[in-house]
Amino acid sequence: MTDIEPDETVDARGAACPGPLMDLIGQIRDAEAGDVVRLLSDTDQSLTDVPEWAEEAGNELLAVEEFDDHNAFYVERS
Amino acid sequence: MTEHVVIVGGGTGGTVLANDLADRLDAELDAGDVRITLVNDGPDHVYKPVWLYVPFGQREPDDGRRPLDELVDDAVDLRIDRVSEIDTEAQRLRFDGTAPAVDYDYLVLATGSTLEPERIPGLVDGGYDYYSEVGSTALRDELLEFTEGHLVLSVIGTPHMCPAAPLEFVFMADDWLRERGLREDVDITYTYPIQRVHGNPHIAEWARPIMDDRGIEVETFFNAESIDPEAKTITSMEGTELDYDLLVTIPPHGGIDLIEEAGLGDNGWVDVDKHTLEAQAVDNVYALGDTADTGVPNAGSVAHYQAGVVGQRLASEVRGRPPTATYDGKTLCFIETGMDAASFVEFDYENQPSPAPPSEKLHWSKLAYNDSYWLTARGLL
Repeated sequence: MTDIEPDETVDARGAACPGPLMDLIGQIRDAEAGDVVRLLSDTDQSLTDVPEWAEEAGNELLAVEEFDDHNAFYVERS
Repeated sequence: MTEHVVIVGGGTGGTVLANDLADRLDAELDAGDVRITLVNDGPDHVYKPVWLYVPFGQREPDDGRRPLDELVDDAVDLRIDRVSEIDTEAQRLRFDGTAPAVDYDYLVLATGSTLEPERIPGLVDGGYDYYSEVGSTALRDELLEFTEGHLVLSVIGTPHMCPAAPLEFVFMADDWLRERGLREDVDITYTYPIQRVHGNPHIAEWARPIMDDRGIEVETFFNAESIDPEAKTITSMEGTELDYDLLVTIPPHGGIDLIEEAGLGDNGWVDVDKHTLEAQAVDNVYALGDTADTGVPNAGSVAHYQAGVVGQRLASEVRGRPPTATYDGKTLCFIETGMDAASFVEFDYENQPSPAPPSEKLHWSKLAYNDSYWLTARGLL
C-alpha cells in the first residue's frame, strides 16, 4: 500500500486497451504540474503502457499498487 | 396502455433502430400498444463516411445528407427538437424553448460524437479536418493548392469516430499525390497518441510496414498539447515539436453534456452493460453507437449491429417477454489503402481482427456499400 494522496483518480476498469492509457493521458492533460493522477486499470497491458508513456512524456510513475483484480498507477505530472 | 419508446439521435444507430422497431412491432403499432418517437436536433440524417472522400474530390458533402422524413418509416413519430434535460427519475425528456416535454417508457440514447477542437490551443485556427462537412470542404480546397511541403496527420484524441480513417487518409493522400506526380515534393507524417499506429495492436502491426514502404513518417506517443498557427508548429505533451505546412487532425471528440448531467456516464458516454447495452445507472435506458461506452470502435457498423440487438430487446420488453438478444462486439470495417485498393477487417469481443490483403475488389466493395448505405438507414440491409 502507498500513502500517496492523488489529486485525481481515473477509474478505467472494464475499458479495453488502449482506453486506460488514453484516460490517463486525458487526465494528465488537464492536470497542473506536480498533480498526482491515480489510474485504476484491470488491463495487463497497462503494466507496460503506463511506464513507457510516463517515461516518454517525462512524467514520474511514483508507484504501482497491485490488487487481486486491478492495478493502481500513481503518475505525477512534470 | 400504450408503451412509448423514445430514441434520441437520428444518426446511423437511431435511424436504423427506429425503422427496425417499426418493422418488428408492426402489429403492436397498429393496435396502439406501442408508440415510437425519434428525436433529432435537425431535419437531416448525415452519413459521415462520405467525408473521407471529399478532400480528394471524389464525393460532395450532399452525397451524405438526406432528410430524415424520407428515411424513417411513417409509423415513427419524428420530432425535430433539441433535448435540454434527461430526467431518468420521472422518465421524461425536456426540450429547448417552449416545446412540450415527452414521457418515455423506454429511452434509447444514440446522440453520437461531437468535435471539440477548442480543447487544444491553436487547433481551431491551425488545423484542418475531414470529420465535418465544413472541415472536409475546407481541406479539399487547401489540398488542391498543396503542391509541396510537409503534410502532418495528427490523431489528437481517442476514442474518435471511425478509428481506421486516419490510416485511410494518409494512405489515400500518399497515392493521390503519387498519381499527380507530387509525392516527391511532399513529406507525410502520421502521429498517434500511443506507442503504435493504431489502438488495435493487430491493425497497427498490419499498417506499420505499409507506412514504412510508402515513406510515411511516423511519430508515436504524440499527444498534441498546442498548435501555433503562425509558426506552423504542433507540439506534443511528450515534448516533440513538428513543423508543418498542412496540418490535418482528428480533433478531440466528446459526447453531449446531458448524459453526464443525467448521471449516466462521463464525457458524454453512457456506462452500459456491453452485452445488453442497458445503462448501468438506471432502468429502461439503452445506449448504442458512439454513445454506448463498450470499448468497441466508434463505427457505423457497430451502431448498425447494436440497433438490431436493442430492437430485439425492446420488442421483447413491449411484448412482456424477457429480452435475450445480446451484442457480441461485432465490428466490420473496410480500410482504404490507396485510391483504388482497400482491406477489410471483422472482429468482436472474442476474436481479433486479421486485415485482408488489400485489393481493388475490396475498394469497390467499400464504395458499393457506401452507396447502398441508404438501404441500411431504412432498415432494409
